[in-house]
Amino acid sequence: MSVVRISDDAVALALGADALATAFERQGATVERVSSWGMHWLEPLVDFGGVGYGNATPADVPAILAGTAASIGRIEEHPFIAPQQRLTFARAGRTRPLSLEDYAASGGWEGLMRARETGSAATLEEVMISGLRGRGGAGFPAGIKWKTVADTSAPQKYIVCNADEGDSGTFADRMVMEGDPYMLIEGMAIAGHAVGADKGYVYVRSEYPHAIAKMRAAIERCAHIIAPFTVEIRVGAGAYVCGEETSLLNSIEGRRGEVRAKPPLPAIKGLFGQPTVINNVLTLAAVPWILSQGGAAYAAYGMGRSRGTMPIQLAGNVRHGGLFETAFGITLEELVNGIGGGTASGRPVRAVQVGGPLGAYIPVSQFGLPFDYEAFAAADALIGHAGITVFDDSVDMARMARFALEFCAAESCGKCTPCRLGSVRGVEVMDQIIAGRDVDTNVALIEDLSETMKFGSLCALGGFTPYPVMSALTHFREDFMIQESAETIA
Amino acid sequence: MTSQQTDQIAAIVERCVRAEKVARGALLPILHEVQAEVGYISEDVVRQIAHALNLTRAEVHGVVSFYHDFRAAPQPLPVIKLCRAEACKARGVETLVAEAEVKAAGKVSIETVYCLGLCSVGPAALVNDRPYARLDGHGLATLIEEIA
Repeated sequence: MSVVRISDDAVALALGADALATAFERQGATVERVSSWGMHWLEPLVDFGGVGYGNATPADVPAILAGTAASIGRIEEHPFIAPQQRLTFARAGRTRPLSLEDYAASGGWEGLMRARETGSAATLEEVMISGLRGRGGAGFPAGIKWKTVADTSAPQKYIVCNADEGDSGTFADRMVMEGDPYMLIEGMAIAGHAVGADKGYVYVRSEYPHAIAKMRAAIERCAHIIAPFTVEIRVGAGAYVCGEETSLLNSIEGRRGEVRAKPPLPAIKGLFGQPTVINNVLTLAAVPWILSQGGAAYAAYGMGRSRGTMPIQLAGNVRHGGLFETAFGITLEELVNGIGGGTASGRPVRAVQVGGPLGAYIPVSQFGLPFDYEAFAAADALIGHAGITVFDDSVDMARMARFALEFCAAESCGKCTPCRLGSVRGVEVMDQIIAGRDVDTNVALIEDLSETMKFGSLCALGGFTPYPVMSALTHFREDFMIQESAETIA
Repeated sequence: MTSQQTDQIAAIVERCVRAEKVARGALLPILHEVQAEVGYISEDVVRQIAHALNLTRAEVHGVVSFYHDFRAAPQPLPVIKLCRAEACKARGVETLVAEAEVKAAGKVSIETVYCLGLCSVGPAALVNDRPYARLDGHGLATLIEEIA
């Protein structure tokens, strides 16, 4: 019998994968719903005998089954897939997300078994050796965070997974949760084993209903494997700031998602006042591979102090959008114009925003920048969660700067003044600039305000909003300098 | 509010509070459940939840008003959650908004969300947890007609 494989990831569902699957079943084919390969511009993508058929519709079904439809060739040899170094996304496109059988057959649980065999100290050591850094944006070494928690003595410790992936241009966490949920759960169980925590929480944003459903189902199915470790899902409620670790902890505790002042660090006094490891989805998802293959094998990838691989997300106005996992060190040029194929609109690329709403806008002239935490920091930019949002030459960068401030105003938790008031004042000043009123004075005001927000805010929301604003102003100043007098028009 | 609704909410609160003995910090799960079943979080609900969890009404109100997802009043219209974050802007969502608002007026509520994780295939939207992507003017208009 013919077996076709179609993703049941949210991207595929949004583009008609269910209707396509039904059409195949009507023709007598067996349909396996698998995770997504991450070639989103081709979704819904049909995998029939290893050969891919992109943007398939129910009308294409007979031709695909007959082998007469136009194909993209063998999927694993596709130029988007072949050059990737997929460690975290090794199963992408290949396994059924909730199948325990598929997971075990593809090396699943080996990391957890090895952690249990070698003990907590050796598990910690392996993560240290790997050089794994927090993938949520801050890039803090995971091993050191874990060791801080391991070294505390407390009756209860927690593992918290930050799955509040609110940054526009990022979707790797969603793909892990929808496509390979057991890997994340295994990573959390390993972390629990390493630091002495038996309880884990995954805080998932409410905008991800499919990820929530998959994670809930996966936790139920693998409870006997991870026991005595347990995992509970908590659903966010539309607050971007809850991606900040301390406001996330407040939200799990049932409070307003306001940021907490640090210290104390969550590693010492975190969830419900107890020592807590809080890591991003991608950080925890990298752990099973590190344990099963060894920390040194992971550290063999990458450059400088950025070790391992990064699942990079190509988003926005890009021709070949999707997930590209590769070792640190690849340049923006290779990513955007090479792999990404330039813009989807066919117009010239003007800017990319790396790292979500708090990330800098980078002009084409800086596309030689290698993907590396330190190299980006030196260029006043952030890797963040490794989302790259591409804009063509129709973008108005003054409007994007205004939006960064508008977003900050909408999402500020309100606890600190630079963020709460600075964002609102910033929008007002940007409106003056866009209207062409006192541009020079107002640009100076925005620069001053950015300085205050950057150094005076309690967390990254207020502290990093100046990155998109200032980078737009620095690299695309001409967009701010339209001296059209609003008064004369009015 | 009818007495039937009051009882229904009391049952939800009761169920969640009982569960809280094992699961701490149950306020958000309770609010999600009430909103899913009743549609919004009324003053009465705030009072009941505060009483059951031994919190002040101000604390519960503070949480309800903090999070964008919770409504204090009913939303009688079907809702399209339209993403207007950077990646969807880069793919042209802003050019769709004005016309969609006109088409939706009085029939469908178009609410702005920031990111649905469909950033490579925007403009994207969510309707009752069902995702839509690669929306253009025609696609959005069709969606509005379908759910109105």
